[in-house]
Amino acid sequence: MPEIVIHTDKLTRKFGEFTAVDAISFDVASGEIFGFLGANGAGKTTAMRILCGLLSPTSGVAEVAGFDVYKESEEIKKHIGYMSQKFSLYDNLTVKENIHFFGGIYGIPRKELKEKTNELVSRLGLNAEADKLVGSLPLGWKQKISFSTAILHEPKIVFLDEPTGGVDPITRRQFWDMIYEAASRGITIFVTTHYMDEAEYCDRVSIMVDGAIAALDKPSEMKKAFGAKDMNDVFLQLARGATRGD
Amino acid sequence: MAAVSLKNINRTYLKGEVKALQDINLEIKSGELFGLIGPDGAGKTTLFRILTTLLLPDSGKAMVAGFDVVDNLWDIRKISGYMPGKFSLYQDLSIEENLNFFATVFNTTLEANYHLIEEIYVQIEPFKHRLAGDLSGGMKQKLALCCALIHEPKVLFLDEPTTGVDPVSRKEFWDMLDRLKARGITIIVSTPYMDEASRCDRIALMQNGEILEVDTLDGIIGRHSQNLFAVNGDNRYELMKTIRTYDGTLSCFAFGEESHVSLKHTEGDSEGLKAYLLQHKHTGIAIKSIEPNIEDTFIKLMLEKATNA
Repeated sequence: MPEIVIHTDKLTRKFGEFTAVDAISFDVASGEIFGFLGANGAGKTTAMRILCGLLSPTSGVAEVAGFDVYKESEEIKKHIGYMSQKFSLYDNLTVKENIHFFGGIYGIPRKELKEKTNELVSRLGLNAEADKLVGSLPLGWKQKISFSTAILHEPKIVFLDEPTGGVDPITRRQFWDMIYEAASRGITIFVTTHYMDEAEYCDRVSIMVDGAIAALDKPSEMKKAFGAKDMNDVFLQLARGATRGD
Repeated sequence: MAAVSLKNINRTYLKGEVKALQDINLEIKSGELFGLIGPDGAGKTTLFRILTTLLLPDSGKAMVAGFDVVDNLWDIRKISGYMPGKFSLYQDLSIEENLNFFATVFNTTLEANYHLIEEIYVQIEPFKHRLAGDLSGGMKQKLALCCALIHEPKVLFLDEPTTGVDPVSRKEFWDMLDRLKARGITIIVSTPYMDEASRCDRIALMQNGEILEVDTLDGIIGRHSQNLFAVNGDNRYELMKTIRTYDGTLSCFAFGEESHVSLKHTEGDSEGLKAYLLQHKHTGIAIKSIEPNIEDTFIKLMLEKATNA
């Protein structure tokens, strides 16, 4: 039985009268690639913010990397990595400076950080770009650097919020190769995406509708259960029933 | 008359260092729903900014509805609607105030042209006193489309209207575009989602400032035949790594639950690949021959471009 790294039970978050996250319960195992899907406004971002220790739940249980989201949010932040498409790296710092900055925040010792930076830069084939400002690089490269930076401190879990939006089809898949590689090293991947073919790259997928988890299973099982030809079809069947827009 | 005509358009940034558009030639017919398909950095936004007279080309000639983008910019502005990729309405004005503002700028009123936007506007009208800055992504998108339509444009430019939008809302948005097209409006829309190409009359595939192909979806796919196979098997990541080491493999990428493998044409069928995978102790192998989709084709064009460069 693999170790459980994310555990939630009836996790709920209300904003006034509005229940953004409505009693969701699920477990994610170590090394799993877990796809967290849902329409805009379904409650994904709120749930993710709770799991990252950025927002307290109203009720229910949530443990991340063995730590309680109510009492140990600072410990959670140390044991996770986070990357989002909207914010990833500082455009006006160089590639190396960005890696140093984020590595430093995660408390990687200076000497080790220097080695890790050089190793990362050559592994990504960015030796010629190491001292260039990140802002001058293509989006696809930024996303790869950003992902590598988010897992530089070897976190138990990395949260990826729409990591591949806007990048070309080849880079998008190269990015997934990196995800597979990280997962094979035991890093748990928690990822949101609007590309439904990417949902099928996940070990398991949950789909949120109106704050609740409407379905959770392996993509292949989910397709069978809904008699759907692909995940896009499953998503349309489920999300069409949503009563709340974003 | 063509709704849009581009001849040898070039545009660079940073003193020529970044070639945003390279020798672009394109004709878009009146009444067409035309898609610019390509990832970030393809040049889609630069093209929109030139066509909406917000940016001058370095060289070349661009016309919208017969008007030149340099000499007749005021004529173009009157007849075009533009929805930029970045939300650009006034955040501290309400929905209704934004609409009134854009209507007034174009010498019309919300009441006079209400019929043009009614179908979309009714969905956000209950919130018409809410500030635009407080709206959700989907509502902002609808408001921006209303503001771009309020002066009855002949040509509508939509820059990545569906980026970051979930599959259900994306489908609804395209249904909305179908109805606008039925009214005779020429629509030029950009998107990074390849699957949306099927919703367009014709598309241009763009990458790094160049147009790779212009045609109907079927036309483009048909021109680029591939010896393509869908491969299924246990432990996909390891499986893909092995497939890539096979001599006959041109490319191998994940597509949904399968991996699409392009084999050299000299390779013939997939028997050799199957034997190779079994020899490498892979299990649950299923291989079938498939027709390429638009994303397969785009990947093939990108790889060919990289090899020729």
